[in-house]
Amino acid sequence: MTATLSPPTTTPEPQAPLQPQGWLRYFSFSVDHKVIGLQYLVCGFIFYFIGGALAGMIRTELLTPLSDFMPRETYNEVLTLHGTVMIFLWIVPVVNGAFGNYLIPFYVGARDMAFPRLNAVAFWLIPPAGLLLISSYFIGSASQSGWTAYPPLSLTTPATGQVIWILSVLLLGGSSIFGGINFIATILKLRRPGLKMLQLPMFCWALLGTSILVVLSTPVLAGTLVLLSFDIIAHTGFFNPALGGNAVVYQHLFWFYSHPAVYIMVLPAFGLVSEILPVHARKPLFGYITMVYSILAIVVLGLVVWAHHMFTSGTPPWMRLFFTIATSLIAVPTGIKFFNWLATLWGGKIALNTAMLFSCGFIFNFVFGGITGVALAQVPFDIHVHDTYFVVAHFHYIVYGGTVFVIFGSVYHWYPKFTGRMANESLGRLHFLLTFIGFNLCFAPQHWLGLNGMPRRVAEYDPQFTFINQVSSVGALLMAISTLPFLINMVYSAFAGEQAGDNPWRALTPEWLTSSPPPVENWKGPAPLVTHPYGYGEAPQPQAVGASSP
Amino acid sequence: MPIPAAILTLGLSVVLVLIGLWVGQNVNLLPIDASANAPVYDELFQVLFSIGTSLLLGIVGVLIYSLIRYRRVAGDTGDGLAIEGNLPLEVFWTAVPAIVVLFIGIYSYDIYERMGGMAPLNDHSVHAMQASAGAAMPASMAMEGSDGSGGPARIWAGISPTGEAAAAVNVDVTAMQFAFIFRYPDSGIISGELHVPVGQPVALNMEAKDVIHAFWVPQFRLKQDVIPGQPTLLSFTATKAGRYPIICAELCGPYHGGMRSTVVVEDPDDYSTWVTKNSPAPLPVSATTAPSAPLQS
Repeated sequence: MTATLSPPTTTPEPQAPLQPQGWLRYFSFSVDHKVIGLQYLVCGFIFYFIGGALAGMIRTELLTPLSDFMPRETYNEVLTLHGTVMIFLWIVPVVNGAFGNYLIPFYVGARDMAFPRLNAVAFWLIPPAGLLLISSYFIGSASQSGWTAYPPLSLTTPATGQVIWILSVLLLGGSSIFGGINFIATILKLRRPGLKMLQLPMFCWALLGTSILVVLSTPVLAGTLVLLSFDIIAHTGFFNPALGGNAVVYQHLFWFYSHPAVYIMVLPAFGLVSEILPVHARKPLFGYITMVYSILAIVVLGLVVWAHHMFTSGTPPWMRLFFTIATSLIAVPTGIKFFNWLATLWGGKIALNTAMLFSCGFIFNFVFGGITGVALAQVPFDIHVHDTYFVVAHFHYIVYGGTVFVIFGSVYHWYPKFTGRMANESLGRLHFLLTFIGFNLCFAPQHWLGLNGMPRRVAEYDPQFTFINQVSSVGALLMAISTLPFLINMVYSAFAGEQAGDNPWRALTPEWLTSSPPPVENWKGPAPLVTHPYGYGEAPQPQAVGASSP
Repeated sequence: MPIPAAILTLGLSVVLVLIGLWVGQNVNLLPIDASANAPVYDELFQVLFSIGTSLLLGIVGVLIYSLIRYRRVAGDTGDGLAIEGNLPLEVFWTAVPAIVVLFIGIYSYDIYERMGGMAPLNDHSVHAMQASAGAAMPASMAMEGSDGSGGPARIWAGISPTGEAAAAVNVDVTAMQFAFIFRYPDSGIISGELHVPVGQPVALNMEAKDVIHAFWVPQFRLKQDVIPGQPTLLSFTATKAGRYPIICAELCGPYHGGMRSTVVVEDPDDYSTWVTKNSPAPLPVSATTAPSAPLQS
């Protein structure tokens, strides 16, 4: 796997003088991977706040057992938009596009991604797709069939919104595939000569695995949604039982993408945590090789577990058994990763800064969500709680408690590199505290709601659940409030934060071995060859430039 | 030094397991159990809850201990120990979760079989039904009564597919936006709420008219999607008299949250009274008699 093609140092095309400089470049079709990464990040945060506002509307409606805050149709539009925005416009683009684009070229020792223009295209598909999706609410009706869009419901709800939803998801899926191809090519083909695969930082492996999942499964979703749009527009009968179609086939195809999508959302987070923990614990990443194998195992298993979303859909027993076993097995490689992270912390010199707090919050939340996940994999267990708030709680523990916590941790960790200034620690810790308490207050009680009879996606519910729903809504309010110190911190520190220097964390990975923010093409001189990205505790110490308190 | 550490670890693990067992035994998060398979479900829940509690406490314990014990002292710019791995340890914590997961898998398979879920679905031959009934259903199951031999093949059963012939009560269920309609073919009753006798197997022959719905009774620990174009059979035996909610669990449109009904589990005598009272003519609160009468949900 050595780079037999011309090494990157000799190939870069001359930087076009047409590329805008300064802040304008963030609004341009820049091909600089760092600019694109930050474009993904900021764009993702905008959609995060939109999706969060939608979540706030849901929690407001659920303050009372009656449907009294918004019309029922609107409620279904809101929950559909919330799910779609959070998955396709926030988590997937940010955890892959933002951090992947910013970090991967550094980690492989390249000056940019393999296909810089494709990279810009992939990003610039996102804002129009997002606007398209949200616009559907204002031009009649957004999709009302949930982010799963199960037919026949999605064939009977207002067609305009549903078709716009499909178009938007197709565009976002296309963006995701472009990104995936780019990451695979970059990691496999643009490695600096002399850098071996097993010397790459763990995030590269995580993103390689993720990108394989993206490239294998996203086209299936695209094809499925095209067929669904035929059913809606041309009244074909692929998924319409009234015309001889089969609604369960849609579910299989949909989940063939949408379960791997969970790993597309969490594997990069695993990679990011693997970068953050060693730096702030001053210890090598424990068990590098088993971490790599775990990622590969999760990729393989992640492709063959989809039907556990369909245990109540009338799947045959052998299929239930197979998918139970496959799903349960994923707990093994996942467990290995968590034990390895704990072992990384053990015996370290841990700086409990904001990045570390969010990473540890991630470990707690994800272990919680992983345990309920193993329970949900068991058919008899799932038959009671499927489609209830127990599942809502479970997946928010995975994608919010897991991935979003890591996104925040990563923003704090790489903020000095992005901006050249340190983020404010006190505001950061306040942000963590509010998020952690708010999140657990919001979602932990929902497990009980599901077990006791509250289905998901309802605007009204049995009055016996009122108090717990109000507790949950208070948690959601805390989460909303927690974004204030975050936003203040991000804006304030960008102008008035302490100067960070090149490497404030005294980290060893290559993105820190250049200026903050890094120059175009990443390094002034040749790309450094970093063969021990986690060589902490070993002499000689890294070239620590500009010391700073943790 | 290593021996005390090992003993300490072992001791802490035992404590964790005991706490997990205690929590599993004593913390009840579930509603009352009112069907034959609900206690079996609760048994599985208890085991999973115990294992989960032990694991969570163990991992969080190590996490918090590390954060406190190995916290960086201000001004210390040194590194931690340069430990890059430990093969025996990694093998250990690969093996332990693998064993736990394997145990859970086998155990839940056993639970599922006891619930009757592993019986073949597409084959409603008497052989399959009796095998399933014998293995899965409690002794209270009476093979008397119904004559549901004919009819179209019902497929896609969820759990306890005892088959129509085995059931004492057969009910045709129609799920539509936004109601469940219950028809009793034996007596001609059409009702908006489900009445079943306690202790007798009931077979629901379910059909969806428009979109996917799901039939869920939390107190029965039972849920089954009802998918248009796929006639579905769901069997259960209620064990405790009472009124329990029937909830649609699959998003089915704007009034999805309002698509609820009630299952009334009553003593066989009360049930017979209800049947006779509602069979021929008059119509009380929740039932109409003539099959051709317009429905009210």
